[in-house]
Amino acid sequence: MATAHETVTVAPDAGEYVLHHLGNLNSSGHPQSTMIDFSIINYDTLFFGAVLGASALFLMWLIARKATAGVPGRAQAALEILVEMVGNQVKTIIHNEESRRFIGPLALTVFIWVFLMNAMDFLPVDLLPLLWQKLSGDPHAYLRVVPTADLNGTLGLSIGVLLLCFFYNIRIKGVGGWAHELITAPFGNHPLLYIPNLVMQIVEFSSKTISHGMRLFGNMYAGELIFLLIALMGLAFPTLSPVGGSLLWLGHLVLGTLWAIFHILIVVLQAFIFMMLTLVYLGQAHQGH
Amino acid sequence: MYLNATLLAQITVFIILALFTAKFVWPPIVRALDERAAKISEGLADAERGRQSLALSAQHAAEAVREGKEKAAGVIAQAERRAEQIIEKAKADARLEAERVIAAAHAEIEQEEARMRDALRDRVADLAVAGAEKILRREVDAGAHADMLAAIKQEL
Repeated sequence: MATAHETVTVAPDAGEYVLHHLGNLNSSGHPQSTMIDFSIINYDTLFFGAVLGASALFLMWLIARKATAGVPGRAQAALEILVEMVGNQVKTIIHNEESRRFIGPLALTVFIWVFLMNAMDFLPVDLLPLLWQKLSGDPHAYLRVVPTADLNGTLGLSIGVLLLCFFYNIRIKGVGGWAHELITAPFGNHPLLYIPNLVMQIVEFSSKTISHGMRLFGNMYAGELIFLLIALMGLAFPTLSPVGGSLLWLGHLVLGTLWAIFHILIVVLQAFIFMMLTLVYLGQAHQGH
Repeated sequence: MYLNATLLAQITVFIILALFTAKFVWPPIVRALDERAAKISEGLADAERGRQSLALSAQHAAEAVREGKEKAAGVIAQAERRAEQIIEKAKADARLEAERVIAAAHAEIEQEEARMRDALRDRVADLAVAGAEKILRREVDAGAHADMLAAIKQEL
């Protein structure tokens, strides 16, 4: 929410400012112009995603390594609360003891990781981009710090979940069993219905996966966009009359605070929803239609 | 809304992170939780057992006290009986002793009386002889009349 933009002296056009902030630091050096281009990779999404995930897991590993069945320390108690919360959700949804051994930790990873990636939204929108611009020496360097506000980040997660759904479908039902289900459900076992069933199944899997990734992406993207719009108010301060500029600056302060507080809810809620949907989809992979 | 190779990298990172959690983070914590749960339930069971044994020993103690009281009462009654017996025996012994002493005294008195009577008899005989001597003077010969004097002594 801080408005320390590199072009404060020459206030940028609002559209330019927002678009610049929505450009990823990628291998092509400029924002991607085509919808899908697998020759490009977003360094920023990957970097922040991996660093956040790795440091969170490292921290949890440090705590788990010294876990004791006796009186737990505060860190262990906190981690236990998390594990217990996730474990209870997993127990109510996944009824397979064997599967739970991986799905439990998976759900914990999803929750923590998504939460941390979402929480990058709380950093002032210009803080890390500005630091990167100073560091790289390029005043126009692109950088996005919220990996979940990048569709690649969220779809990467949801496709990972989809692959796990395939894995558990095959593991629980066998290749034949799952293939049978793909052509006989949901309409019924009849040669004429094989094709419609398969089409329905494909639609079902793809809609689940896309909505799974899109829901998180949409929430975080919109959140980031609103932070950017709020930041614009403060950014306009030097260009307007003292009265109007002050009012906008005050608006930035008040709205930015309010939105950040409200965003705490969104960040946690979206992480939780993403985890729950992961569990639900994996739970469906364990059940026949 | 732009898709690119980040997608594939993100899937890989995701799977790696999940595997790491499943291997190094989740198991120790869950183990600690399970162990603690087991410890707590064990502790509760121990407490229950302790409560039961406490009740049991309280019962034992009450029984022991009751038994002790009964025994003590028995001992006291026995002692009282014994004391009475001792007193009775002492009384009887005392009575016997008294009778014996009295009998001995009687015997002694009789002996003394006999002895006194003998002495008296001797004395009277002497006096009679002396008297007779005085009366008869030379007519009576103590040696010649000894037999007669002895006969008189016998009659006294």
